[in-house]
Amino acid sequence: MNISRREFLQMLAVASASGVTLAGCDSDKPGAPAVGVAPSSKPQDLYEIAPYGNVSLMHYTDCHAQLQPIYFREPNINLGIGNMRGQPPHLVGDKFLAYYGIKPGSREAHAFTYLNFVEAAKKYGKVGGFAHFATLVKKIRAQRPGSLLLDGGDTWQGSGTSYWTKAQDMVDAQKLLGVDVMTAHWEMTYGADRVTEIIENDFKGHIDFVAQNIFNNEWEEPVFKPYVIKDINGVPTAIIGQAFPYTPIANPRYMVPDWSFGIRDERMQEMVDQARGEGAQVVIVLSHNGMDVDLKMASRVTGIDAIMGGHTHDAIPRPVIVDNAGGKTLVTNAGSNGKFLGVLDLDVRNGKVQGYRYHLLPIFANLLEADAEMEAYIKQVRAPYEARLAEELAITDELLYRRGNFNGTFDQLICDALMDVQGAEISLSPGFRWGVSVLPGEAITFEHVMTQTAITYPTVTLNNMTGARIKEILEDVADNLFNKDPYYQQGGDMVRVGGLKYAIDPEAGMGSRISNMELNGKPISADKEYSVAGWASVAQPLDGTPIWDVVSEYLRDKKTITDLALNEPLIKGQEGNPGIGPIA
Amino acid sequence: MINMKRRTFLKGSVAVGAVSAAMGAGLLTPRVVLAAWPSNAFKATTVDAALDALAGSHAMTRSDKVQIDAPDLGENSAVVPVKVFSQLDDIESISILVEKNASPLTASFILGPGVEGFINTRIKMGKTSNVIAVVKAGGKLYSAQKEVKITIGGCGG
Repeated sequence: MNISRREFLQMLAVASASGVTLAGCDSDKPGAPAVGVAPSSKPQDLYEIAPYGNVSLMHYTDCHAQLQPIYFREPNINLGIGNMRGQPPHLVGDKFLAYYGIKPGSREAHAFTYLNFVEAAKKYGKVGGFAHFATLVKKIRAQRPGSLLLDGGDTWQGSGTSYWTKAQDMVDAQKLLGVDVMTAHWEMTYGADRVTEIIENDFKGHIDFVAQNIFNNEWEEPVFKPYVIKDINGVPTAIIGQAFPYTPIANPRYMVPDWSFGIRDERMQEMVDQARGEGAQVVIVLSHNGMDVDLKMASRVTGIDAIMGGHTHDAIPRPVIVDNAGGKTLVTNAGSNGKFLGVLDLDVRNGKVQGYRYHLLPIFANLLEADAEMEAYIKQVRAPYEARLAEELAITDELLYRRGNFNGTFDQLICDALMDVQGAEISLSPGFRWGVSVLPGEAITFEHVMTQTAITYPTVTLNNMTGARIKEILEDVADNLFNKDPYYQQGGDMVRVGGLKYAIDPEAGMGSRISNMELNGKPISADKEYSVAGWASVAQPLDGTPIWDVVSEYLRDKKTITDLALNEPLIKGQEGNPGIGPIA
Repeated sequence: MINMKRRTFLKGSVAVGAVSAAMGAGLLTPRVVLAAWPSNAFKATTVDAALDALAGSHAMTRSDKVQIDAPDLGENSAVVPVKVFSQLDDIESISILVEKNASPLTASFILGPGVEGFINTRIKMGKTSNVIAVVKAGGKLYSAQKEVKITIGGCGG
């Protein structure tokens, strides 16, 4: 059948809307759910995916330096606002399962949702881990000769060892894994000099670092290669890099003082056209935009076959097909913490993509034997730090997790520790989306604490702030999260709050989302000053105690974590939003 | 291309307004700047008053022959890069106003005859605001605007 890519994708869009299964779509059996994994009673079949087409791209993103298998609970709240309401990625729990046709209670349901998390985590075991990941990469490579491995960034940060080795542990792991192309976000928090050093030395001849949207401030000249064109089985394939656009805002600008970022749609279009002009038959954007930004970009820039994205940590089993003036673009997002490997297979003939298949494979550590070489490497790189990481600080009776729009239980612990150790009335902790989960009954180790806190600007702060200033901060972060235009979002979650109670109306405009602010049952007064503890200030480098010491001290003192009171805001006007589910 | 435009612009620009940019480029001595300084326009506290003082009127027409390029989110509110392009004929000046700055008029470039309608500068912003480019051409004012968000930062990702 010789149809144009455009016709094919149009047919596919119609087909997926009507539930018909096409050859180019994901499933082999009519009526079977078009998710990344075919339901099977034999779990080892999870990774037996029939090769398709002639160009294959493996993609992982936001692993946050998790070399070891971990638990990671997906969110029970990921609100979509405005026309993003109820659309991927803003679906959670049973709404997510229903949308993607995943069987409740299945292994896949555990991978993609928070439902029955503790029970399912015990049943299916840990996820991720680079040794298991490496086995899967090798398996897919063997099935798909010539395929590329793309790393979407947020690889160098998020663990004790990455912090102590200044990312060297991850850089060497990437090389061992065989990463071909990479872009970045948190990498930048090691500073421009370190980033440049790694790219010019470690990566040279091994990994292409691409970012079309980073310019030097003085002359507005590009800092990095915007893209590379790789030959995949005779098909010239362009990989364009899109680093996190708001790095100097969301993270300390002093780390990259000479570099400017931004979304830069127009240059993206120029780069797509230029790559096509140089003969690229496939154009892939390796993006750290965040999924809502990817979707908007796909609607504005033409000529991109697929945006393979990350940043917002959304694990999306099926690509979203986005219309634009030039045709259609697939948008995929591949989760976080080393939990998933995305595999995009393209059938490229007559200079065009004729069809595709996509699988987002969950990495279950007990279904994939550890790769011996990677396992030995990880053991060696961790050895100097192993004893320190293994310290058991306390036992938790609670499930500890972070991910979600508002306070997670691990954040609550951090907020409680900040107030307790710093003697503050209120605490604020950043709404990061990384940080692993700890099951009830487990010991909280120093390693767990580092997965929640390991950043290069970890100093704790204690300030007096007026009620008005506190409201301003909450409003500012809420607007970064809930702005109806994705290009104004930064991609983190709401700042975590200890002590202070508040209500939030996500649909309201800037400056009017936050209300009912209270401390100990009394309304917050705009003019009164309150003591506020925090960490991760982006303004300037600070000397002082790192957050992990504060949390460790608190845990050693507490010995057992029980009856954590989760301080969630009252959420207004979101009844029935498929992006919110009951905590379970 | 951009370098050519920059050079053309610097050669052709006569005076005034974008003090820091023009002085930095060595085009103007402080005395010359002060002599030509339209202080009422730069001290005005509203967009309309600033334009009245600068151009004798604040009646503007939105034009697709004026384009403004500024970031969606400012990375550093003290130096927000702004470019203005215009394909209008007989351009006399290009001005940049930040609606919510205490003094909205930020820069005004007076262009000589035959100069390409392009400026590139950096402005300071107090808070999230529309940034308005106003081109005076053939005695009339034409505009384009873009909202630039200024945020406290932190908490990303």
